[in-house]
Amino acid sequence: MNRLRAWFLAPTWTVMVTLFLAPLAIILAYSLLTRGAYGGLSPPWTAESYGRLVDPIYFVILWRSFWIAGLSTVVCLLLGFPLALFISRSGPRKNLYLSLVILPFWTSFLIRTYAWMFLLRDTGLVNTFLEKLGLIQGPLPLLYNNFAVILGLVYGYLPFMVLPLYATLERLDPNLLEAAADLGAKPGITLLRVILPLCEPGIRAGSILVFIPCLGAYLTPDLLGGGKSVMIGNLIQNQFTTARDWPFGAAVALVLMAVVMTLLMILAGRDSEDLL
Amino acid sequence: MKRKTPALAIYALAAYLFLHLPLLILAVFSFNSSRFTVWQGFSLNWYGAALNDSQLIESSWNSLIIAIFATAVSTVFGTLCAYGLWKRNSKPLATSLYLNLVTPEIVTGISLLAFYQWIFRFLRVQLGMHTVILAHVAFSIAYVVIVVMARLRTVDVRLEEAALDLGANEWQAFRYVTLPAILPGVVAAALLAFTVSFDDYVITSLVAGVNSETLPMVIYAIARRGVNPIVNAISALIVVGFGCLIMISQRLQST
Amino acid sequence: MECVLELRGVSKQYPSHHAVKGISLSLARGEFFSLLGPSGCGKTTTLRMVAGFEEPTSGQVLLNGADITHQKPYQRNVSTVFQNYALFPHLTVQQNVEFGLRRRPGNHFAQRALEALDLVRLAGKEARRPSEISGGERQRVALARSLVLAPDVLLLDEPLSALDPNLRKQVRAELKAIQRRVGITFLFVTHDQEEALSLSDRLGVMNAGQLQQVGTPEEIYLRPSTRFVASFLGDINWIDGVGVRPEATRIAKQPPDERPARPATVVQSTFLGNLIHVEARLADGQPVTAEISRLSASVLAGDPVYLWWEPADELVFE
Repeated sequence: MNRLRAWFLAPTWTVMVTLFLAPLAIILAYSLLTRGAYGGLSPPWTAESYGRLVDPIYFVILWRSFWIAGLSTVVCLLLGFPLALFISRSGPRKNLYLSLVILPFWTSFLIRTYAWMFLLRDTGLVNTFLEKLGLIQGPLPLLYNNFAVILGLVYGYLPFMVLPLYATLERLDPNLLEAAADLGAKPGITLLRVILPLCEPGIRAGSILVFIPCLGAYLTPDLLGGGKSVMIGNLIQNQFTTARDWPFGAAVALVLMAVVMTLLMILAGRDSEDLL
Repeated sequence: MKRKTPALAIYALAAYLFLHLPLLILAVFSFNSSRFTVWQGFSLNWYGAALNDSQLIESSWNSLIIAIFATAVSTVFGTLCAYGLWKRNSKPLATSLYLNLVTPEIVTGISLLAFYQWIFRFLRVQLGMHTVILAHVAFSIAYVVIVVMARLRTVDVRLEEAALDLGANEWQAFRYVTLPAILPGVVAAALLAFTVSFDDYVITSLVAGVNSETLPMVIYAIARRGVNPIVNAISALIVVGFGCLIMISQRLQST
Repeated sequence: MECVLELRGVSKQYPSHHAVKGISLSLARGEFFSLLGPSGCGKTTTLRMVAGFEEPTSGQVLLNGADITHQKPYQRNVSTVFQNYALFPHLTVQQNVEFGLRRRPGNHFAQRALEALDLVRLAGKEARRPSEISGGERQRVALARSLVLAPDVLLLDEPLSALDPNLRKQVRAELKAIQRRVGITFLFVTHDQEEALSLSDRLGVMNAGQLQQVGTPEEIYLRPSTRFVASFLGDINWIDGVGVRPEATRIAKQPPDERPARPATVVQSTFLGNLIHVEARLADGQPVTAEISRLSASVLAGDPVYLWWEPADELVFE
């Protein structure tokens, strides 16, 4: 059995090692080299690239990425929790409502991002609509700024918050809610003192599942931020294409990885559930 | 305590509208005869333009070929891997796959680019369709493993033991007992891998060669320059196509 | 008597506990043998070692004299009926029964499968799926699926425990009849002593990984070799270190001569038709039960009586 199993795991192992782990190792090595004269790589080996992240120009990008990701996560939580609550209480149609949340996520991410470009631009639907209603005189700058990026991120990753929240709510023992009511708690109190605290694992899981892709986002800040909302992902991409500073780009990429892995270890440390 | 307050239902409705309206509006305006947001009549000319654009057609073709190859490989590899892990877990492999899933695309993209450039010092190859296909296989396998694993968890371990007991060897037990049981899951995983591959922009843009432009890359280039109703038309087609595939995939996963 | 299955000093040691400790056993061809014991005693592990799903840490398993200790399950001519039957849900009843046949060279699969289904009285249901038949019927399919391969030994892992209690007695009788008919050696694992006693030609009592006694049902019941075996099969009263079965416990108003006796107070007496079940309490408060066929005089709760027994009925252990 072990021989057969080894054969079954070998192809995936090969792919993982050659096309995922080895590339990461190479990036690690590159981050410790220096930029060559023509944009290539050369010795000496140095950790200088990492040090440049403290430079205000780059630090501001790190900072922006963190607060945008953080804000997006909070908004996802506020928007997602009532939705998860609704689905968990919707009785026989739970699966339908759940798939209505999941479905949009699996259609093209690129197109979903483009949709907001279409809606938010100066001559887009939202502005035209508000102008027609007479609520505003001229178009609001809704696109190509942090607001649009956050909106795009929330739109893109809301399902990642809803699903874990729903899972936790599903496992809630209805007897607990009945007991709370029996002891005199009104629905609002039950929500605050019983449901929310018990949802803590779901909140934690959902937050990390949203924060991580938001932190490493590339497409959303690129299309919806229009160059004014540079995040870590854009910085990395830039270093590997236009700026041709691979060691620096690699260093930024590894810092991002380090943050992601730290967050995951916090998540995995308390939950023992194996995602796979 | 399953009383639904109307407030919650109203909120849910608003949330669902938020999730679905943007795409619906995009689709509706793909039929707008004018390129401005003011509705000026129903027209299919943007669809016509999209379907006649040679760059769009060629890139769609590329995307299709890449997706088919990548899906085939990742589905086979991923199914076998899920089965192996189901028999007995391998912490290193499971961790690698998990890491693969959560690593931001930009990081996997540049690391693959770096890897390819390093390899190209030894082999006389360049970036092209093959590099893209390999990259897609690399990031699709984990999705396949997850979906097939979920399906495997519903299979009774004793069934394979019974097969062995009755004279089947390990391969026959997998082939005649377990594989038929997980087949819907495998197909669902393949559909998922297909959509993930077809839609990928970030990684593909970094490792594609000059002659291997994919549809997302073309769409991105157009969108970068601003809103264009041709994109609306393509989007509507893609969303409907993907939507169908994913719905089939979901159905298969729940049989 | 030809020995078809032999276990020599078979042990299974897990990192966390020692599940099976040196079991030695030998089964004759055509015998119905039960392994009896409480849950966790290692009987299922022993069965799985014979089937090939676990490897012994030490010891040997011999089938018809050949060492099969390290052979894979599909290399052994033994077949298992699983506790939950493990029928393949995507195959019909007939396809399930044919499964093992198709792994071997040969033909007439359909015919042999239908014959096996006939034997277990399931003719007519061969096109159904496992989900479409009852629990008892599924068990019969599992039986047919294994029997059709004519194994040297048929291994049964608590096959009756998943059935309705009222169905069990009937199925038990059918099982015994089938075994007699096909003449295949059955190794039957159970925790139910009534099952073991009624079905077996011989049985082995296990506890905490060890085989405590092997013998015919009468031997085991009447001449238990350890305290555990005496307690596990049937009821027993322990009076001052001596064991006396309830049916050997007599009641009298006066102590008879030259017989061991103890004073007791009746707690409750229940008329069960064919016998009378009396619960009493000794002077030190210990509860005792007696089963008697008739009483010369009636006994009521609270009556002072004497419990006595024939010395020959005593069961004494060190």
